[in-house]
Amino acid sequence: MIEGILIGLTTALTLQNILMVMVGCFFGTIIGMLPGLGPMTAIALMIPITYGFDPATGLILMAGVYYGAVFGGSTSSILLNAPGVPGTVATSFDGYPMAQQGKAGKALAIAAWSSFAGGTLSAIYLLFMAPSLSKVSLSFRSPDYFALMILGLTAIAAFSSKGQFLKAMMMVVLGLMLASVGQDSLSDITRFTFDNMNLTDGISFVLVVMATFAMSEALTIILKRNDPTSAAKQVSLTELGSIKINKEERTKMYKTIPRSSIIGFLIGVLPGAGATIASFLAYGMERNVVNDEEKEKFGKGSVNGLSAPETANNAACSGSFVPMLTLGIPGSGTTAVMLGALLGFGVQPGPRLYMTNPEIFWSIIMSMYIGMVILLILNLPLIPYIARILAVPKNYLIPLILFFSVTGIYVMSFNNFDIYLMIGIAVVATFLRLYDFPMPPLILAFVLGGLMEENLRRSLLLSNGSWEFLWDRTLTLCILLTTILIVVWHFYKSIIRK
Amino acid sequence: MNINTTKIISLLFFIFSAFYLYTAYQIQVFAFDENAPFNARTFPIYLGYAGLFFSGLKLVLPEPNTIKVDHKNLEYKKTAILIVIAIIYGATILKVGYFLTTSLFLFSSYYFLGERRWVLMFFLSFPFVAAFMYLLHGILDIYLRDPFLQSIGVMG
Repeated sequence: MIEGILIGLTTALTLQNILMVMVGCFFGTIIGMLPGLGPMTAIALMIPITYGFDPATGLILMAGVYYGAVFGGSTSSILLNAPGVPGTVATSFDGYPMAQQGKAGKALAIAAWSSFAGGTLSAIYLLFMAPSLSKVSLSFRSPDYFALMILGLTAIAAFSSKGQFLKAMMMVVLGLMLASVGQDSLSDITRFTFDNMNLTDGISFVLVVMATFAMSEALTIILKRNDPTSAAKQVSLTELGSIKINKEERTKMYKTIPRSSIIGFLIGVLPGAGATIASFLAYGMERNVVNDEEKEKFGKGSVNGLSAPETANNAACSGSFVPMLTLGIPGSGTTAVMLGALLGFGVQPGPRLYMTNPEIFWSIIMSMYIGMVILLILNLPLIPYIARILAVPKNYLIPLILFFSVTGIYVMSFNNFDIYLMIGIAVVATFLRLYDFPMPPLILAFVLGGLMEENLRRSLLLSNGSWEFLWDRTLTLCILLTTILIVVWHFYKSIIRK
Repeated sequence: MNINTTKIISLLFFIFSAFYLYTAYQIQVFAFDENAPFNARTFPIYLGYAGLFFSGLKLVLPEPNTIKVDHKNLEYKKTAILIVIAIIYGATILKVGYFLTTSLFLFSSYYFLGERRWVLMFFLSFPFVAAFMYLLHGILDIYLRDPFLQSIGVMG
């Protein structure tokens, strides 16, 4: 492991990669602060640029964008009660009341230090857990992988759909259908191409991400007459106050941070769960463990109430890298986008990544530490200035997002058919978004489609066409039972709600 | 059964899944693969049935939280214009080239979204695209074909 850490440090500490982390954190913070534009959009817009770099640098840039976006989301939660990303909703429960009491600077500092500690601690957990899990996952066979993918897709549908499980499952199926377009990987038989040569190689992953996130988000903003930059205009006018944290507050944070980081990390590791669930769970747990006097302060500007979700959401970000790096199965929409980008680089994530591309594996983990430090020293003092940059009018922001989307697609294929296809998918996605059809399950399904078919093929061929492979191995059966449990629990919860 | 837009979308998805399933059955596989436990049409067939199942359930089950979209408040005109501009961009980029098409795409998008600060619009389109093109073409070595710039001798 020491050798791996050194390899990672050597790669991550090159001037180019440090610069990439800085650019990623800065860009991610800006996008994360804009309500409606989350880390997936930010990462999607970065993909075409990353193809000019080597895989490690590209992924380091995307990881920086991810942390930056989560950090930026907390800022708008605290200052405006308008979370930039769902993972920072719980931050606003105590962060915003604190800002209203004239302690916005302090709230930002608590959030920043908690994010830093949560991210750093979970990067340490990742450092120890990822190699061990990689070794364990080498024993996984095709039926286990197939069952794991079903679990991941079901879980993301259950957790991301806000009570609209069936809609999310329809999006999963649509994602898998889109992934099935093009040549069959084994027989080279073309499917669903309708004799169009442009579809022979299938639909590009970047095209689907750009269409369903970047472009459709820009169109949705125009369609709904939203102005994401209006929030930023208020930030620059806000009096932030002191960013100093006193001894009593620090003592409270010392207790909160370790337990919230563990919850965040473990939730992040689970497929489908992520920063949102982690932050709510950590908030709930913190409320239960503190004394009655502190409990009374929850919702009115509690230090524990702010520190817990902030620690957990950043820890969950690092945790979500575990299934992607070790199993090749992303646990969230954001890591699905990163996985797609890795595949685009020609790198196959999974248990062997640790051995075949150690520089990628370790440099991502090492860049997390660097990213956290940069977020702390660069972003905290610069928040008011970043907010000023954000006050770019909507009339400029939207065309620029569209520009990055169409340019991104064009430079990848130099083909105008892809531009038309992207516009078509974006229009459909915009319409579906209006009626609350979630997009992350579609992306995850699209990324996993090929792998899922491949593992089902192997499993069915080995079992001579019998579906017994689903319960032949204990591991497969356990994963499948977990999937069933999630579905049953979800329906039970819906019935209770009614 | 209450008919709302979500139900209509589910119905469209049901029809789409039926069409997908029909097309999946039409996939030509090799003769020796016809009766294999898994061939090129197996997975799409399962997907077709899954699509029918979930959209069918959505159609049949009652809708607890009906989503109401106020169409009067939606900005259809500007959205449609942006889509048309993007289509025109796709139609002209290969013939005209990256620089001019992209600059005009940005300039017209600013204009149709209501911007009238001409100098700022100009700087955020033509020089901005030139700088971005330099980043891609000059620094990142991503080749960008541009007949317009070639015709005026700026690009080799």
